[in-house]
Amino acid sequence: MAIKVIKNFFKKIFSSIFKQKGEIKLGFYGPPNAGKTSLANRICKDFTGEEIGSVSKIPHETRNVQFKEKVEIEYKGRKMMFKMIDTPGIATKIDYEEFLKYKMGKKESKKRAKEATQGVVESIKWLDDMDVVVIVLDATANPYNQVNITIIGNLVARKIPVLIVANKIDVKKADVKKVEAAFPDYEVVGISAKYGKNLEEFYESIFKLSKKVK
Amino acid sequence: MAKKKSLGKINGFSIQFLPYSEIRYLGADERIRKILNIVLGNNILILQGKLKAEEETRLIGDTMAMIGHVKTFKGIELAVIGGNGEGSIFANIKKGLANALAGGDMGAVTIIGPATIVKEIKKNPKKIELMLNR
Repeated sequence: MAIKVIKNFFKKIFSSIFKQKGEIKLGFYGPPNAGKTSLANRICKDFTGEEIGSVSKIPHETRNVQFKEKVEIEYKGRKMMFKMIDTPGIATKIDYEEFLKYKMGKKESKKRAKEATQGVVESIKWLDDMDVVVIVLDATANPYNQVNITIIGNLVARKIPVLIVANKIDVKKADVKKVEAAFPDYEVVGISAKYGKNLEEFYESIFKLSKKVK
Repeated sequence: MAKKKSLGKINGFSIQFLPYSEIRYLGADERIRKILNIVLGNNILILQGKLKAEEETRLIGDTMAMIGHVKTFKGIELAVIGGNGEGSIFANIKKGLANALAGGDMGAVTIIGPATIVKEIKKNPKKIELMLNR
């Protein structure tokens, strides 16, 4: 315990010395297929012209933590530099047979499942390294999923500012109010990463949260 | 005449209740190991109280490490009902004090089941439903 405290103390000192000036580590967390990479791609494409990773209808498309450094977001004349960190979706179960439904071969499905389990472990490990975290939830799904609560609980314990994004508001079934009701202590922004809907409110909230980091 | 719906075949499982006193003095490693051992034995675990957020992520991490290594294990379904997260600030402070004395948030109940048996735990503020695999 004492070793861990000392280790964290030195880690904080070194990271503050060597941290690139003004670069905020912005993590994208959430369950699989909520649209984390779609949102990260949308932001990266808008401000750097390049995407961060591939997206797919098949769950667990992102199986490694992906980065994009020096993403300068400009909003209403203000600028902030971010390191975007897109993480694999966190799940409590992964069944390779689920991937067979997407016409994937057995061998390929098993490989994807194995990589997905490793991705979840990697996502969890990265929780300690974030400055600000965006929890991306699918607004068409039930928000009372324990994984969502667990991620938020961990961020609160680490005193990391959190913004909840209710994605897929372009879909008729989307219910942003339900997400808000599930997390009354947090700011919830409804967006469509696919169509770039309501991103202004998202940037406003990110700028507001990021100020807490500096 | 309406056809009777078949319940289908549910393979054997049991429901095990674990009082918090059984894990109160265990370290995080032992707690997670105890919980996973119960779940790996095809049991649905009902735990009095709840784990810390860090322990929950640890449980998820260890679960992921076991998939592929333990035959037929596909992960877990997990849900926590009640506890400090719900209620007024005053009620939470009161509960917080009680929990500080007792440990583990006694107002909560944690349900953990193997994904091969529990298909889904549907949760909303008013009810919780366990959907079983057939």
